[in-house]
Amino acid sequence: MPNFLRYTRSKLQNWPDVLFRGVTRLSALFVLILLAAIIGSLVMGSLPAIKTFGFHFLVSSEWDPVADQFGALTPIIGTLVTASIALLIAVPISFGISLFLTELSPRWLRRPLGIAVELLAGIPSIIYGMWGLFVFAPLFADHVEPWINDHLGTLPMIGSFFSGPPMGIGILTASIILAIMVIPFIASVMRDVFEVVPALLKESAYGLGATTWEVVWNIVVPYTKVGVAGGIMLGLGRALGETMAVTFVIGNANSLSASLLMPGNSISSALANEFNEAVGEIYTSSLIELGLILFFITFVVLALARFMLYKLAKREGKAA
Amino acid sequence: MFTLYTRRRLINWLTLGTSSLAMAFGLFWLGWILFTLLQHGLPGLSLAVFAQNTPPPGSQGGLLNAIAGSLMMTILGTLIGTPIGILAGTYLAEFGQHGWLAPVTRFINDILLSAPSIVIGLFVYEMYVVRSKHFSGWAGALALAILVIPIVIRTTENMLRLVPNSLREASAALGTPQWKTISLVTLKAARAGILTGVLLAVARISGETAPLLFTSLNNQFWNSDMNQPMANLPVVIFQFAMSPYADWQQLAWAGALLITFSVLTLNILVRVVFHQQTSTH
Repeated sequence: MPNFLRYTRSKLQNWPDVLFRGVTRLSALFVLILLAAIIGSLVMGSLPAIKTFGFHFLVSSEWDPVADQFGALTPIIGTLVTASIALLIAVPISFGISLFLTELSPRWLRRPLGIAVELLAGIPSIIYGMWGLFVFAPLFADHVEPWINDHLGTLPMIGSFFSGPPMGIGILTASIILAIMVIPFIASVMRDVFEVVPALLKESAYGLGATTWEVVWNIVVPYTKVGVAGGIMLGLGRALGETMAVTFVIGNANSLSASLLMPGNSISSALANEFNEAVGEIYTSSLIELGLILFFITFVVLALARFMLYKLAKREGKAA
Repeated sequence: MFTLYTRRRLINWLTLGTSSLAMAFGLFWLGWILFTLLQHGLPGLSLAVFAQNTPPPGSQGGLLNAIAGSLMMTILGTLIGTPIGILAGTYLAEFGQHGWLAPVTRFINDILLSAPSIVIGLFVYEMYVVRSKHFSGWAGALALAILVIPIVIRTTENMLRLVPNSLREASAALGTPQWKTISLVTLKAARAGILTGVLLAVARISGETAPLLFTSLNNQFWNSDMNQPMANLPVVIFQFAMSPYADWQQLAWAGALLITFSVLTLNILVRVVFHQQTSTH
C-alpha cells in the first residue's frame, strides 16, 4: 500500500483503518510478547535451581532426586551427541534426495515424490518413537549391534564408542531415528534453495559440456551454500528439540558413558519422563532449567539458520 | 587408467546413482513405518475403539474419550491460534514495509516455528497450570494454539504477498478504506492459501504429544469439561505403548494408526486439492 494513501482522508473518517491497523499490529507484537513470556517464565521457574547450583549445574553429571543434587551434563551431552550423529547421517542423504528431486527425477514423478518426502515429515514424532522401540530396536539389537561390536568395537582409539551390550535402545538408535525424522526437513529446504539457482547459470555450464554432477557440484552448491547451511541448521534445531521419538528409544539412563550403544538421556526426554513425577521445588526447578537450556541452544541454532537463509534470499533478490 | 572423459562420466554416474539410492532410502523408511502401522494397528481396530473409553489394564475398552479429547483440544487450539496468526500475518504483509516491528516479528516467528514443542508445554505449565493448580483441557488447547500461531502467520504472509498489487490499487482507486480492501479483497483473494496453512497447522498439532504431557495430562474417563485433565490420543498412545500390558499396547497401535492416517490424509488432501485449485485459477 503506497504511503500517501494513508493520510489522504481526515482522521475522523479514518478510524476503522486506524483500528484495523492497530489490531494487526498488536497481533504482531503478540509474537514478541510470547517469546518474552516464554523466556521470562522459564527463567522464573528455574531461579531456585540457578540459586542452588549456580554454574555447577552445567558441568555436573550428578542427577540424584533423593539427595536433591542435580547437574545437567548428562542430558546436555546426550542432546548434543544424538543431534550431531543424526545430522551426520541425515545431511548426505538429504543432499542426495534433493539432488534427485531437482535434477534427476522425471518431471511427472517430482510432485508425488516431493509429497512422499513431506509425508515423512508429517508422521507424528510419537509414531517414530513407537516404531523405533517395537520394530527398529529389536532388529538393530539382533543384527546390527553385534556386527558393530565385532568390527568397530575392536578398533583402536574409537573402539570404546562402539562396544557395549547389544540392547537395541541407546544413543545410537536414538540418533538413527532422529536422522530419519530430520531428513525430510533438510531435504525440502535444500530442494527449495536448489530451485532458486537461475536456469541461465546451469544451462551455461551444460552448454560447456559439464555433466549433471559437475553442474550440481560446481554451480548449484556454491551458489546456494548459505541456504544449504541454513537448511542443515534448521534440521539441527529440529533434532535438538525432538522429544517423543527420542524418549522411546534412548533408554533414559542418567549416566555418562563413552559407548554409543549404551542408554543415555537427552534434555527433552528427561523432561518428558520426569517432569510430572518431580517432587519438590528444586527437582521441578532443575527440570525447568533444563528446558531453559534447551530453548537457549535451539534458539541460537535456529537464529543462525534463519540468518543464513535470509542471506541467500537477499542475494537472490539482488540477482533478479 | 581412464581417459578424462570416461572418468567424468563415471563420477557422474556414481554420484547420480548414489542420489537415487538416497531417494529410495527415504521412501524405504516411509514404507516401512506405514507397513508396521497397518500390520499392528489393523487387528486392533474395531467398533469398540470408537465406542468405549480407555480401559484399565486387563479389560476391554476403546479410545473414545481420547479421540474426543484430542478433537476438542485441536479444534479449540486452532480456533484460538488462527485469528491471531492471520492478523499478525496481515500486518507483516500489508503494513510491514516500515519500522522495526515487522522484520523482528518475522525473525522471531520463524524461530518459534521450529522451537521445541516440549518447551511450549513447560511454558503453559508455568503460566497456566501452576496458577490454576490443576491440569486441564484449556491448558492443552492453549499450548496447541501457541504452536498454530507461527504456522498461520508464515502462510498468511506468504499468501498475501502473492496477491498482485494491482488488486490493492484497484480497490484503493474506488475509494475503499484500507481495512475493507484488506479484509474483502486481499485476504479474500488469498483465502485458499491461508486455509491450506490452517489445515497444515491442524495436521501438525493433532500429532503433538510433548506439549500436552504437562498441560492436559490424561484422563482415564469420559470428560467433556475443559477445566479438567483431558484424555488425548497422543498421550494415551505414549502411556499405553510404554506399558507392559499387551491389550494396552494393542490399543496404542490402533490409536497410532488412526492418528497417522488422519494426519497424512489431511496432508495429502491439502496438497493435492489446493494445488489443483490454485493452478486452475
